[in-house]
Amino acid sequence: MFGAGGGTSSYEETRSADLILLWGSNAREAHPIFFHHVLKAMHGGAKLMVVDPRRTPSAQWADLWLGLDVGTDIPLANAVAREIIHAGLADLEFVGRATSGFEAFKESVEPWTLEEAARVTGVPADAIRELAHAYGNAQNAQLCWTLGITEHHNAVDNVFALINLALLTGKVGKWGSGLQPLRGQNNVQGGGDMGAIPNRLPGFQDLLDDAARAKFESAWGATIPPEYGLHLTGMFEAMEHGTLSAVYVVGENPAQGEADQARAERLLTGLDHLVVQDLFLTRTAQLADVVLPAAATLGESEGTVTSSERRVQRVRKAVDAPGEARDDIEIVYELARRMGHDLGSARAEDVWNELRSLSPMHAGMTYARLQDLGGIQWPCMDENDHGALFLHGRLWDEVVEEPAPFQVVEHDPPVDKLDDDFPLRLTTGRRLESYNTGVQTGGYSSPLHVGGEAILLAPEDGARYGVADGARVRIVSRRGAVETSARYDPTLRAGLAFMNLHFPDVVATNMLTIDATDPKSGTAEFKATAIRLEPVA
Amino acid sequence: MIELTVDGQAVQVEEGSTILDACRRVEIDTPTLCYGDTLTPVNVCRVCVVELEGARTLVPSCSRKAEDGMVVRTDSERVRTSRRLVLELLGSSVNLSTAPEALAYIEQYDAEPDRFGADSLTVAQAVKVDNDLYVRDYSKCILCYKCVEACGVDHQNTFAIAVAGRGFGAHISTELDVPLPESACVYCGNCIAVCPTGALMATSEFELREAGTWKEEEQEEVDTVCPYCGVGCNLTMHVQEGQIVKVTSPDDHDVTLGNLCIKGRFGYRYVQNK
Repeated sequence: MFGAGGGTSSYEETRSADLILLWGSNAREAHPIFFHHVLKAMHGGAKLMVVDPRRTPSAQWADLWLGLDVGTDIPLANAVAREIIHAGLADLEFVGRATSGFEAFKESVEPWTLEEAARVTGVPADAIRELAHAYGNAQNAQLCWTLGITEHHNAVDNVFALINLALLTGKVGKWGSGLQPLRGQNNVQGGGDMGAIPNRLPGFQDLLDDAARAKFESAWGATIPPEYGLHLTGMFEAMEHGTLSAVYVVGENPAQGEADQARAERLLTGLDHLVVQDLFLTRTAQLADVVLPAAATLGESEGTVTSSERRVQRVRKAVDAPGEARDDIEIVYELARRMGHDLGSARAEDVWNELRSLSPMHAGMTYARLQDLGGIQWPCMDENDHGALFLHGRLWDEVVEEPAPFQVVEHDPPVDKLDDDFPLRLTTGRRLESYNTGVQTGGYSSPLHVGGEAILLAPEDGARYGVADGARVRIVSRRGAVETSARYDPTLRAGLAFMNLHFPDVVATNMLTIDATDPKSGTAEFKATAIRLEPVA
Repeated sequence: MIELTVDGQAVQVEEGSTILDACRRVEIDTPTLCYGDTLTPVNVCRVCVVELEGARTLVPSCSRKAEDGMVVRTDSERVRTSRRLVLELLGSSVNLSTAPEALAYIEQYDAEPDRFGADSLTVAQAVKVDNDLYVRDYSKCILCYKCVEACGVDHQNTFAIAVAGRGFGAHISTELDVPLPESACVYCGNCIAVCPTGALMATSEFELREAGTWKEEEQEEVDTVCPYCGVGCNLTMHVQEGQIVKVTSPDDHDVTLGNLCIKGRFGYRYVQNK
């Protein structure tokens, strides 16, 4: 944010906050050890507020839970902003000095009175007011979010809506206050750091920046096309249009992990050539022309990963990979060699040192320093730099060269509309003991796996649609149907149902989900599907 | 800074430090069982007691705050007798076969757990095996409370276990003594991480020990990062003969303080499903 592709804070700052706001995050189950820091803060007197359609285990710890309707985050955030402004809780000194675009923003949130927001979001006006006053009055607040914000067709606008709140109250760029996107995967931050996104070179250097490209071209002895690539969802569109006909999938299971699974499978099957590099013969690998068996990150590989607090840490090899499985780096280098390019040494540390020579924000992170310091939080510009616990301290300088912009964002409800045929809102999320499509977590036996295949229903909906607790049910969306068991869950409000994506061989939840995608982030709207229930005799 | 005297040596420690901190500062070896670096002291095991001039009773060094001018003796006959008796009572009633620290203290203090006779009371009982992830052998439990603390406010805040019963009948229990799968347990295993006697043990370790093939002295420890969510918890993989046999997290890692969730602690098996 504000030009840096990572969260602004450190976990330990959570314990210096007097308010922690989890917005679209069920950290208690999805980021359990981060939630330990939240609990320590709460035992020290901090308040926790949670915005989530479900009364999740995180929400059950909260001083205040705002159970909004799925996809109404922007009206809620805008109403919080309006209330902060009207109550005189905005930090106007900070706004004037460190931000731009305030007047337009203020005008844009003016229609979102507490009453109007209550009508649209389903959250009582009093609760919205309480959140606004708590955030506005807090000395230090951490605003954290996860996929509840980003798995929407307007994900980027949702994020902007939250950033606006931090700018409005000066809750960023200082110890104890900040914005934390909690990453869902152990190296999704590192993937971005390394340029595994369509518009950036390693170190978040813009692909269209001629000087940056020239630097990499000279190091790599190759020409880099001056055009942005495609997000995963953009790739599926390109497959649909026939402009993408060969795909190389590394460590991902899109045949089960993509929204609208029937379409994903059809498109992957229709490719001229599909290569899959994975630990297991996943559903995607079963569709492949070539499967490259890979070593696991856990225990079988050397390298680094970057956590949600921008901390780069080393991963180490402890055991040999089975059979012909090879390290990811080795596979890529060997492929290059067969294509006539010698990429040099495939040792992880050598690859890392090349990265350090090209990405200024990683320059000071030698393997030895990563080991000695227990990881380093970027940016780390040289070998005397200990990294940054928090970002954007410059916003508190007397003169701010580049003010942080407010972004005007408008409500845009979920694409998959509710109507008489599809009256229930299905949302998806993660369980404590499982992970993504279960490729890894299917490998261990846990009492907590029990019942994971069920759709969770509000008891009122079960009664209304004739589905008993424990009964089989057919779930139908505009894209497909699946059958599974139903379980009543009193933490769900009437009208809201919940499924996970962890057991796709038992229940293929993504047959139901919609691939409506944010063009800016490439993330599909897994959080909002319209369904109906049909009892199974 | 606070200045006190321990065994005749002047020691300076920071405000808020304990007598134990002062002992460690001058490398005076002090036994502890219920004390943990990341846990709130509960003062139950009494092996860390020291003699404090002017105090009527021995004081637990792990929780008693250091004060200016204190005169502390850690190796007096009174201290040694008290520590020895505590170790004898524990050793006579509890199976300490997988508690190397306690066994070392017994030797160091010349304790004789057998002196109460063959028919002295013990907590011997069957091992509780009610899930695939970890076992509970309460015949090895010294009631140090560490697991309760780790499951409670100190770390996990799940409150799946507590001390039930009184006197010799006191024991660690789930609610109504139900099996773990029926309890509030979330299988983070943070109780296993703090257990000083092996009463709580990952099934992987338990089975190797049963088979007589647990070779701790041959194991290699390799640090890495958890492969699941984006928090970045450090893992220590305990490797024996090319297999990961146990996963822990370092106490001094500031992200975890030694804690993990179910996926971090037990979710490694996919690597070995070869």
